[in-house]
Amino acid sequence: MIIDWLRARRGGSAKTAKKRLQFVLVNDRAGLSPAKIEAMKDDLIAAISRHVDIDSKRVEISLTNDRKKQRLVADIPLATRRQRAH
Amino acid sequence: MSATVVTVTSGKGGVGKTTATANLGTALAEIGQRVVCIDADIGLRNLDVVMGLENRIVYDLVDVIEGRCKLRQAMIKDKRLSDLYMIPAAQTRDKTAVSPEDMVRIADDLRPKHDWVLIDSPAGIERGFRNALAPADIVLIVTNPEVSAVRDADRIIGMTEAEEKDEPKLILNRVKPEMVRRGEMLRAEDVLDILAIELIGVVPEDESVLKASNQGVPVALNGRSKAGRAYRAIALRLMGDELPIEELEAEGGLFNRLTRMVKAGGQAA
Repeated sequence: MIIDWLRARRGGSAKTAKKRLQFVLVNDRAGLSPAKIEAMKDDLIAAISRHVDIDSKRVEISLTNDRKKQRLVADIPLATRRQRAH
Repeated sequence: MSATVVTVTSGKGGVGKTTATANLGTALAEIGQRVVCIDADIGLRNLDVVMGLENRIVYDLVDVIEGRCKLRQAMIKDKRLSDLYMIPAAQTRDKTAVSPEDMVRIADDLRPKHDWVLIDSPAGIERGFRNALAPADIVLIVTNPEVSAVRDADRIIGMTEAEEKDEPKLILNRVKPEMVRRGEMLRAEDVLDILAIELIGVVPEDESVLKASNQGVPVALNGRSKAGRAYRAIALRLMGDELPIEELEAEGGLFNRLTRMVKAGGQAA
């Protein structure tokens, strides 16, 4: 019994199942596959780069899900070049 | 009085929709409700065998829709309970023989003289599912604590929302408490976290379900069966009874788990 409880706390396959479900459902609900998100990321990088220098390798786009609200979160680091005031 | 139409659906096949429909119908009829169960799985008739009524079929749902018989003639009276009826699916036709409007009309014809109309939906998200969903006042989603079944349930929830139905309620079927305890099976709380809908019942995996379907006697009639008890509890919740849901109570919180461990230890000593 105690061994069961410890094992459950450490996390059996149910924990993995829950994580996988959370991940796949975020994509399912938005109708966005990981490949589509990648394509969108490329478009975003191109669009934003026309206005400002960005660190395109570190751009991250993710879908998040807090219960019923789906959110697309983009983290777009600017290229680190400090503008010198003239 | 007008009947409440309940559609039992799931997305994924084989999770226990037909068993749930037969048992909820039986449990409701047993407490004096007037019930009609409709098998909406055209081409894959099954509710009749689970209820043990397969030898009495003369007319089916498509016969009613196409005017070959009166609705009353396709309603098969249960062997044991006086106010329980079943309308079988056609076996030789497919889903296109029925439209959502047909289902709404049949449900409306049944409403005045019954308390509950239960519709056993086919698996999938196509026409058959849409037919079953059309007349629903309440949607019950059956799922198993398994990745593929929960994923499909999520799709179905999205589709019922798109049809502007009230938020569906969840039946978590085939739970093995022992696996849950070892952390090898999703617990009800996990599934609810993911699906974010209200739970109406947890049904444990139970050999007596298979034995009952072998015999064509719904397990809800078996007083000693855990699954039967779970279905009777769901029937009461449909009636508005606020019975606590066992699995959540038993598995909730460290304190409960510890007290159960102490109790189990005490019994063993």
